[in-house]
Amino acid sequence: MTAETIIQSLASGLLMGLLYGLIAVGLALIFGLMDVVNFAHGEFLMAAMYATLGFATFALLDPLIAAPLVAFAMFGFGALAYLGVVRFAMRARTNVGMVQIFATFGLAIVMRGLAQLLLTPDYRSIPSSWLGGKTLAVAGIFLPEPQLAGALISVAAFAGLYLLIHHTDFGRALEATREDAGAVALVGIDKNRVFALGWGLGAALVGLAGAVMAIFFYIYPDVGASFALIAYVTVALGGFGSVFGAFAGGMIVGLVEATTALVLPPSLKSLGIYAVYLLVVFIRPRGLFGSL
Amino acid sequence: MDAASFASSRRRALLIAALLAVAAACLPLVVKDVYVLNILVLTLMYAALSQSWNILGGYCGQISLGHALYFGLGAYTTTLLFTKLGVVPWFGMVAGGAISATIALALGYPTFRLRGHYFAIATIVIAESAYLLFLNWDWAGAALGINVPVRADSWLLFQFRRSKLPFFYFALGLACVTWLVTWAFENSKWGYWWRAVKDNPEAAESLGVVVFHSKMAAAAVSAFFTAVGGAFYAQFVSYIDPESVMSFQFSLLMALPAVLGGIGTLWGPALGAAILIPLTELTRSYVGGGGKGIDLIVYGVLIMAIALARPEGLVGLFERRKRIETAR
Repeated sequence: MTAETIIQSLASGLLMGLLYGLIAVGLALIFGLMDVVNFAHGEFLMAAMYATLGFATFALLDPLIAAPLVAFAMFGFGALAYLGVVRFAMRARTNVGMVQIFATFGLAIVMRGLAQLLLTPDYRSIPSSWLGGKTLAVAGIFLPEPQLAGALISVAAFAGLYLLIHHTDFGRALEATREDAGAVALVGIDKNRVFALGWGLGAALVGLAGAVMAIFFYIYPDVGASFALIAYVTVALGGFGSVFGAFAGGMIVGLVEATTALVLPPSLKSLGIYAVYLLVVFIRPRGLFGSL
Repeated sequence: MDAASFASSRRRALLIAALLAVAAACLPLVVKDVYVLNILVLTLMYAALSQSWNILGGYCGQISLGHALYFGLGAYTTTLLFTKLGVVPWFGMVAGGAISATIALALGYPTFRLRGHYFAIATIVIAESAYLLFLNWDWAGAALGINVPVRADSWLLFQFRRSKLPFFYFALGLACVTWLVTWAFENSKWGYWWRAVKDNPEAAESLGVVVFHSKMAAAAVSAFFTAVGGAFYAQFVSYIDPESVMSFQFSLLMALPAVLGGIGTLWGPALGAAILIPLTELTRSYVGGGGKGIDLIVYGVLIMAIALARPEGLVGLFERRKRIETAR
């Protein structure tokens, strides 16, 4: 194993990690806002990938152009998922946690079923796009361009999210609602509206990730399942509720995965991620940046 | 509820359970269809598995989404002991249970310090790690899995190719045993400790409940019976691979009947399994599984509907009526 192979795989691991962060941040945002873990998060990613495929097939839009449109559509979808399902799960008086888990899990199963029914279980891919299959050579290191674009979009999205949370009225409403959902009603903030917008925003972020993923990954009804677990680990590693913990968590997961793939067979590359998660929470039971 | 009425409600539960068990035991006299009998076996198996999950997840409140680990360990221990060493499955069943309980204790030591989602994700991650290891473990069949070699039908080898009936009676027995264990624990020191740990661990600790030991005891009992269920399943389908006995979806399938029936209740898991398993099996065969997706949609809508409409679980339907009766 040469130094070059190590640098090469760390570089691609870091790019993939930034994309993992973008996949996971919606989950972290929603959890931080209202303590709900969305078990349909992987299926949101799946829906975004199919939407990108749709734009590419029927409107001949490159995934990079389609990305904002997909994010916009996913915003609406996320808000609807809150208003149509999760809002009712919040009303439960007993067993709140399990009701939320299984209401969103039911939603995930329905979405998977709909995808199988309407789009067939076939594996699909976007045949050609601007970046698909291309690599960029920087000082002897080859960087796959789709992942590079994903990493840049991820950094931009996190920067945008930072500005949104700290410098806009909506961000302040978001912060206030997460602090005390009961008290914000007294100052005239509609809690349900903030929650719906939060779900929209979370879904829009995973929509951006899905548009990039569609460039280089197969698209099929169960595609979300494998990334969902990585997203949960990413969020938990960073600390539940910490939006920027998801950013750090994503990078760690990407780097650990790439390092594990260097020493273990590729089919075992997730073992490293799992081991690091356990190690971190055994030492810090609230994740790296989790409060509470 | 005062002590006398609590005791009488426990006696009534035992009587109802005995009547139900006798009625269930008579079912094969009426039901001759192999397909229906197969559904009944699966329903009883999930009732037993969910009842075992409920001890840790329901009574003690430690939401494990990694019970597929114990199920798979039971299935693999039995099958490996039989195929590699020729040991009868009955021994493998107990050995699998003992190994699972020991592993549950070893894993509980670090994981029971975690709370809520951190704990749930740790259970998923541990079970997934074991799943990946078994997928790559050549001696144990790796991804190809292991076929249980065919021998003559006998109770000694717990193999029945011609009739499903013995499997039905074993599954019924296992469902009854797990129910009885839960029933016995409900009124024991552990039962009270578990509920105290679930409701408020800090308050329980201050009142002298040993929180950590309570969780460990619940985990060991729960893992033991889950593994026995796994050993049974291996004999029932006579073929196992990591995907079919250790994948994440199994962990959810075990928790689901308890959650939908009534988490942390005596009747919830059995009630949930009795409704959920036949419904999913029937939709799968009537509207067509095999990638069409309608069965998934029906299943998902059902889960959402029950979770949203009856957050306390389906047992709530019965309790409400009782409350109205007592109010009169």
